[in-house]
Amino acid sequence: MEKAPPWKLERELVTRVDVETDPNYGFDPHNRPIELHMRYGLINLDKPPGPSSHEVVAWVKKILGLQHAGHGGTLEA
Amino acid sequence: MLPIALEEATKIVQAFLLSGKEYVCLMQLHEDIPSGRVESILQEFAGEIYQKPPLRASVKREIRKRRIYSIDILEVDGRRVLFKVGCQAGTYVRKLVSDIGEVLRYGAHMSELRRTRAGPFTEDKDLYTLYDVLNAYASFKENKDETLLREIVKPMEQAFEYIPKIYVRDSAVSAICHGADLAIPGVVKLDSHITEKAPVAIFTLKGEVAALAKALLSTEQIMDQEKGLAAKTVRVIMPPETYPRMWRSKTSKTSITDL
Repeated sequence: MEKAPPWKLERELVTRVDVETDPNYGFDPHNRPIELHMRYGLINLDKPPGPSSHEVVAWVKKILGLQHAGHGGTLEA
Repeated sequence: MLPIALEEATKIVQAFLLSGKEYVCLMQLHEDIPSGRVESILQEFAGEIYQKPPLRASVKREIRKRRIYSIDILEVDGRRVLFKVGCQAGTYVRKLVSDIGEVLRYGAHMSELRRTRAGPFTEDKDLYTLYDVLNAYASFKENKDETLLREIVKPMEQAFEYIPKIYVRDSAVSAICHGADLAIPGVVKLDSHITEKAPVAIFTLKGEVAALAKALLSTEQIMDQEKGLAAKTVRVIMPPETYPRMWRSKTSKTSITDL
């Protein structure tokens, strides 16, 4: 187990083979067409203190017209 | 701060269960303790600690090691101690405070807790309100302007910033998205410090997340060996039709032009 938090670790990659990716399939995550960008997206929300996380997610779904949404955990007390 | 994953991205929320956290916590001491002593006892909890998950937890209730990356007092006001703590995923701050209280002898309890970081997401950067979301969506619908939406909605891959990755060749992607385990020949590059059993993210060479997996070998072994399985696919994220099927059958070699 690393002593430093993940946000302070230097990560390195090692390469096994030298191959390319075909531009005809998939997308660079930063260049997705908007419909796809929204379907594969994440919002870091400043949650208001009153309502529950569940309610807030429901509001986001309503605003954006989504079928599904999920949150990244509430407090582990 | 609350990261919210949209539509298909909902499948990535598991990544948050693996991510380190930071919290600001208000601890209530049950006795007057000199702040010097509080500070020094608090530092004893930095590093490795042991915890047994509480009754309400959904994990197996056995004692496990957790790492406290940092613990720093922000403010002391009588018996109230405000501190910031950075910890490994699955650390119970309430239990930590209770244990600190035990060591201080008279006890302590957690009266408030606020999460300030979940993996790469913090409360001081790229945090948006419901109003921002409403505004961005209106801008898009009414003026066909995507800029605000693209600023507020980040690619789901960002959730994996600190999770070790294995990048695979295009021909391996479809099989993995159908649930197949990752074979060594499919590996192009990988995080240098992957250990056996470590949770990893399988990525395409374009930087798209394909699946969540568990490493079956270490980085060294994957680099050394020619065949065998590198990782066990745990949760497919990418829709299987994104990359074409390029499975070799035993009798023929299929190429893109054959499809």
